[in-house]
Amino acid sequence: MKGLIKAIAIGLTLAASFGARAIEIVISEGWDSPTKIAVVPFGGPPLRDQPGPVAPIDLAGIVSFDLIRSGQFDTLSSDNMLSLPTAPEEVYFRDWRILGMDYVVIGSAEILPDARIAVTYRLFEVASEREIRSTTWTAPGPQLRDVAHWIADEIYEEITGVRGAFATKIAYVLARNPNAPDASFELTIADADGERERVVYRSGQPILSPSWSPDGRRLAYVSFETGRSTIVVQDLSTGVRRRVAEYPGINGAPVFSPDGTKLAMALSRDGNSEIYVKDLVTDELRRITRRPSAIDTEPGWGPEGKSLIFTSDRAGQPQIYRIELATSLPDRLTFKGDYNARARLLPDGRHLVYVHRRNGVYHIAWQDLERDVVRVLTETSLDESPSLAPNGMMMIYATRLRGRGILAVVSVDSRVKYNLPSGLGDVREPAWSPFMTVDAQTLASRAVTAR
Amino acid sequence: MRPAYRTLIVAILAGALLAACRQAPEEPEVEPIEEPVIEEITAPPAPAEPPRVDREGNPVDVATGRPLGRTFYFDFDQARLSERDLRVLAMHAEYLRDFRNRSVLIEGHCDERGTREYNLALGERRAQAVQQYLASAGVRSSQIEIVSFGEERPVDSGNTESAYAKNRRAEMIYR
Repeated sequence: MKGLIKAIAIGLTLAASFGARAIEIVISEGWDSPTKIAVVPFGGPPLRDQPGPVAPIDLAGIVSFDLIRSGQFDTLSSDNMLSLPTAPEEVYFRDWRILGMDYVVIGSAEILPDARIAVTYRLFEVASEREIRSTTWTAPGPQLRDVAHWIADEIYEEITGVRGAFATKIAYVLARNPNAPDASFELTIADADGERERVVYRSGQPILSPSWSPDGRRLAYVSFETGRSTIVVQDLSTGVRRRVAEYPGINGAPVFSPDGTKLAMALSRDGNSEIYVKDLVTDELRRITRRPSAIDTEPGWGPEGKSLIFTSDRAGQPQIYRIELATSLPDRLTFKGDYNARARLLPDGRHLVYVHRRNGVYHIAWQDLERDVVRVLTETSLDESPSLAPNGMMMIYATRLRGRGILAVVSVDSRVKYNLPSGLGDVREPAWSPFMTVDAQTLASRAVTAR
Repeated sequence: MRPAYRTLIVAILAGALLAACRQAPEEPEVEPIEEPVIEEITAPPAPAEPPRVDREGNPVDVATGRPLGRTFYFDFDQARLSERDLRVLAMHAEYLRDFRNRSVLIEGHCDERGTREYNLALGERRAQAVQQYLASAGVRSSQIEIVSFGEERPVDSGNTESAYAKNRRAEMIYR
């Protein structure tokens, strides 16, 4: 299989919009070729996305970079464009046909009297010579990156029929000197492309398992701030934190229910790790699993919150199980490999991703539950914490590069892979946010750090 | 009632008889009694009990005077204590039974392989293995507290088998 796949590496250095960072995207060519799209540099005055002396923001560059990272698009560098139209009447389809483009995007921005910025983009289909979508977004300067991601989401959806997930966030834990007395653990959120990092909680004790509420406004996570594991829910716009599980023993693996009113978690208050569901409104706690000799942990919700998947070593080694909340009957899902853990269901409820050990090496595997097909998605070792983009097309996970923890992204068809750039320290425990409303996106971009 | 009465009479009779016997060889009795009494006075006061703890307050092996091991190691994805560790734990249990005012915190730890949350539960299972042994050996539950740190606090941050072996452990901390 590997011999048949020709890997091409595209080293991208979008200096203007990504500073000195570089992301290497590896695309393994598959059965169909990527869609060719040209995103022409936007017209209008130079725009800055934050106050102070920063480089002008390259909206077209961000849009291109989003589309490239999906693996489904091949974009054209502006150096190779024959013309740089910014208005519809300047688009000569012959130019783009010569270059083999399927689609062209143009755009322009203007600064409004209230200092907000209006950005208009237009998507053209070269074959039909028609404009097929356009939108004007209005936002303050610091939110221009969100505008670029919204544009990329619309283009992606228009062309592929799948909702885009570029205007989403990731949460992760950055550990500095994790094994030293001056260790620091920073719960961080950033744009899905790794930009605009913001620390929302900092502790001298480990932080684990961040999980987004379905509206993207809160994070649940495990903190050792009291000297033992505790589950905290933090509001991102106010920074207010609430300890929702501080029972004797382990308080771990929190995951919000699809409606956001409950938290599934692993507690050992009754002697060993079992799965519970806590109602965040009434504080009622319901025990889901009953296996006094087994470790039951890492719950994940099924669609509509009617079932839970979880890790259990009830058969001797960790495997993935599913339990219907109505009947409480568990059902084993994984049979290949001697260590399968921390599973997440794809949005369709019919596919799983999880940590899978093969020949002593930990990878992320993908499984079709109906056809019982298992495919290994990642080739690195010690791969952990798979978390899916809300459209189910991409997955972020933690891995190691030269002894350091980093985050990597892979498409669920495993054709596209890239590592997210990160500063100093050990990056771990990624969690991809749900789809966000414009409001939630704005709040998350301005998230407050808890004291 | 009646047999008891009879026993009492027998005892009185026996006592009288003994007294009669003692009275007879009065002289030779003096010397053997006196000697041990003198020795008792000149000897140091009963040989002191060997110390039960070292300077940090951690219990020692009474036979050797060396501190008892307080870290117990495990195989991968296992929480079974070795025979050797059980012998050491038996001595800890003895100390904790003798000193009910002492208590221990048992920390469970894992190597970095496997998922963090599963390791949190596995670390607890290791701490519980130590806890359960101590409890079965008569240590009160109020003297034992456990906590799991999963894979979050390795002693060796390397990623070799020997580093992993050092990290799969339960640590006992006296307080």
